[in-house]
Amino acid sequence: MAQEKKGFSHDLIERNTLLLIVLTLITISIGGLVQIVPLFTIESTIEKVDGVRPYSPLEVAGQSIYIREGCYNCHSQQIRPFRDEVERYGHYSLAAESMYDHPFQWGSKRTGPDLARVGGKYSNDWQVAHLVDPRAVVPESIMPGYAWMKERPLQYTDIGDVLKTLRIVGVPYTDEQIANAKADLEAQKNPDADTAGLAKRYPKAVVANFTGNKTVTEMDALVAYLQVLGTLVDFTKYQSPKQLQQ
Amino acid sequence: MTSATLTSGATLGSQRVSEDVRYHEDAIRLFVIAATFWGVVGFLAGTFIALQLAFPALNLGLEWTSFGRLRPVHTSAVIFAFGGNVLFATSLYSVQRTCRQFLFGGEGLAKFIFWNYNVFIVLAALSYVLGYTQGKEYAEPEWILDLYLTVIWVLYAIQFVGTVMTRRESHIYVANWFFLAFILTVAVLHIGNNVNVPVSLTGMKSYPFVSGVQSAMVQWWYGHNAVGFFLTAGFLGIMYYFVPKRAERPVYSYRLSIVHFWTLIFLYIWAGPHHLHYTSLPDWAQTLGMTFSVMLWMPSWGGMINGIMTLSGAWDKLRTDPVLRFLVTSVAFYGMSTFEGPLMSVKPVNALSHYTDWTVGHVHSGALGWVAFISFGAIYFLVPVLWKRSQLYSLRLVSYHFWTATIGIVLYITAMWVSGIMQGLMWRAYDNLGFLQYSFVETVAAMHPFYVIRAMGGVLFVAGALIMVYNLWRTAKGDVRIEKPYASTPHKAAVGAA
Repeated sequence: MAQEKKGFSHDLIERNTLLLIVLTLITISIGGLVQIVPLFTIESTIEKVDGVRPYSPLEVAGQSIYIREGCYNCHSQQIRPFRDEVERYGHYSLAAESMYDHPFQWGSKRTGPDLARVGGKYSNDWQVAHLVDPRAVVPESIMPGYAWMKERPLQYTDIGDVLKTLRIVGVPYTDEQIANAKADLEAQKNPDADTAGLAKRYPKAVVANFTGNKTVTEMDALVAYLQVLGTLVDFTKYQSPKQLQQ
Repeated sequence: MTSATLTSGATLGSQRVSEDVRYHEDAIRLFVIAATFWGVVGFLAGTFIALQLAFPALNLGLEWTSFGRLRPVHTSAVIFAFGGNVLFATSLYSVQRTCRQFLFGGEGLAKFIFWNYNVFIVLAALSYVLGYTQGKEYAEPEWILDLYLTVIWVLYAIQFVGTVMTRRESHIYVANWFFLAFILTVAVLHIGNNVNVPVSLTGMKSYPFVSGVQSAMVQWWYGHNAVGFFLTAGFLGIMYYFVPKRAERPVYSYRLSIVHFWTLIFLYIWAGPHHLHYTSLPDWAQTLGMTFSVMLWMPSWGGMINGIMTLSGAWDKLRTDPVLRFLVTSVAFYGMSTFEGPLMSVKPVNALSHYTDWTVGHVHSGALGWVAFISFGAIYFLVPVLWKRSQLYSLRLVSYHFWTATIGIVLYITAMWVSGIMQGLMWRAYDNLGFLQYSFVETVAAMHPFYVIRAMGGVLFVAGALIMVYNLWRTAKGDVRIEKPYASTPHKAAVGAA
């Protein structure tokens, strides 16, 4: 087949490296721009709901451990609007509920169950016992054990900097929250402390000595994080645009 | 078939720029060695974590050896260490021959890229094991390593583009379009997905600017196109050079190459949201993702047809050349997984498949069948050339590798089909009284036999790779195995004899 003489010929692109580069860059840019940019500009992307707040300092530290251990490799935090999922896990997930997750923890695989609403589903003691030795509590479980986490002191000297960094990327921490970061972190692990300030700054934060250890351990932080997941939105007041028909 | 692209294809075989000067090959030998090494490491890591899912005691109770930390080691080792080194080796090898030009920046720049890229790989793997991760699949390295990789990638782009720009051929060969799109797009994706703020300049921890739903969309824009451009466009570059070379036939259709290239790179970018069906991502984005994923079937199969039909007139070589068999089978697997992918992106199908092992099986039919097989084919092609040997140590061993690995893949993907579909159905099963029939952990327990079968598939795949290592080692030494050669009996003669 001879090259067509009339009109555009691909030949031109094959001879010109810069033209090939520019056309390639344009071609690969369109889809991403169309799909990503409107998510920042369309207001209905994130629902208006009451109750979603930034994580408390101990919960932030717990989320860091959740990410560090790669929990997202096996656990999703995203309930789909299906009858079986809603019955198994609770109300389907809202975009608003992960708006302070940098990055999102929706996951892509359920080797273990969804955790989007695991908060309050089990006691603190169950969570600690399960993380220490999953098969002691659930014999068929294939989850790794994290016994070492129960004894390891949490590193939180930089927790104020962590909150400041999160504020830079868009989490609305107040000056007061940042100034009290270390005190709030320690208070959440100590039920005997004065937790009025913590409760005001972070409503519904679960205050407990999760492990029974004197020092704040990594296990304390992780369980504090798990126990708040999915508990912030009051669904008795939430009206979805298309309520699930069941 | 008289197009200029094929004219440049005709010069593919020239080993020298001029009579007395050879192409740069030292760094390419290093990339081939590293690819082989990382391949075995990555396959072993995958087999180990597969066994962890079947036998959780293998997590060993240590923080460094839990599944959650080792899984990124496996994915990075196979994608970026094995796949990456294969792409460096093949792209820098073929670009010289298709442009009849030395590497821009020379052997020194290529070696600099080699050492730094592989140091990056080691640092990334160590960082995951020690607990430093961004927590985004296939983009785990923390900010400082991301910056390091960016520098290396820019140097690679300079070397590749520089070589293309200084070419002595009038036309840019089709393999180089794909390599170019791969290099450019991976750069865009890597930077776009890693805009982070570190907590401190002396620490590893950082937080991305985007959160929640936007973070999910950006991550899967990246994640799906890591598949689309790193594992597809780059490896299609390999297909467009090595399949015609090995088959000694020109690319089937020049027109199809053009259509294949532009439609593939345009459509792929849109497919990311199919990883987020039925989530809090807005419906319009999900629908776009599904629609473009289904459309993507067409260029994918166009490319497959172009690769496989390149064997027109040379089909008999499949009987006598197991290296070509690797290359062609890889393209067939490409066709299979690019059919399965659009199917799984359809929302009602995805409702069943998502979050299950079906996805894992799908990924591996592409990763093992397409990416690894075409890599093995290219490596078997390259080693005798790069080490100046007249032939491989043994073609029979290549065939043993082929069948061992193929059986391994079949075990893997069938086990994952069964376990994935079964688990998806168990999650949504109701009993007569209208209650959920199975607790979650019952569905986990039901997976056990399939996780064992999958791990056996992994063992076979590793075994095949070890056969390859031995074969390549003996080839590099210059040995030739005494074995029954593959008879190149033409079909007609065979019929006549019967």
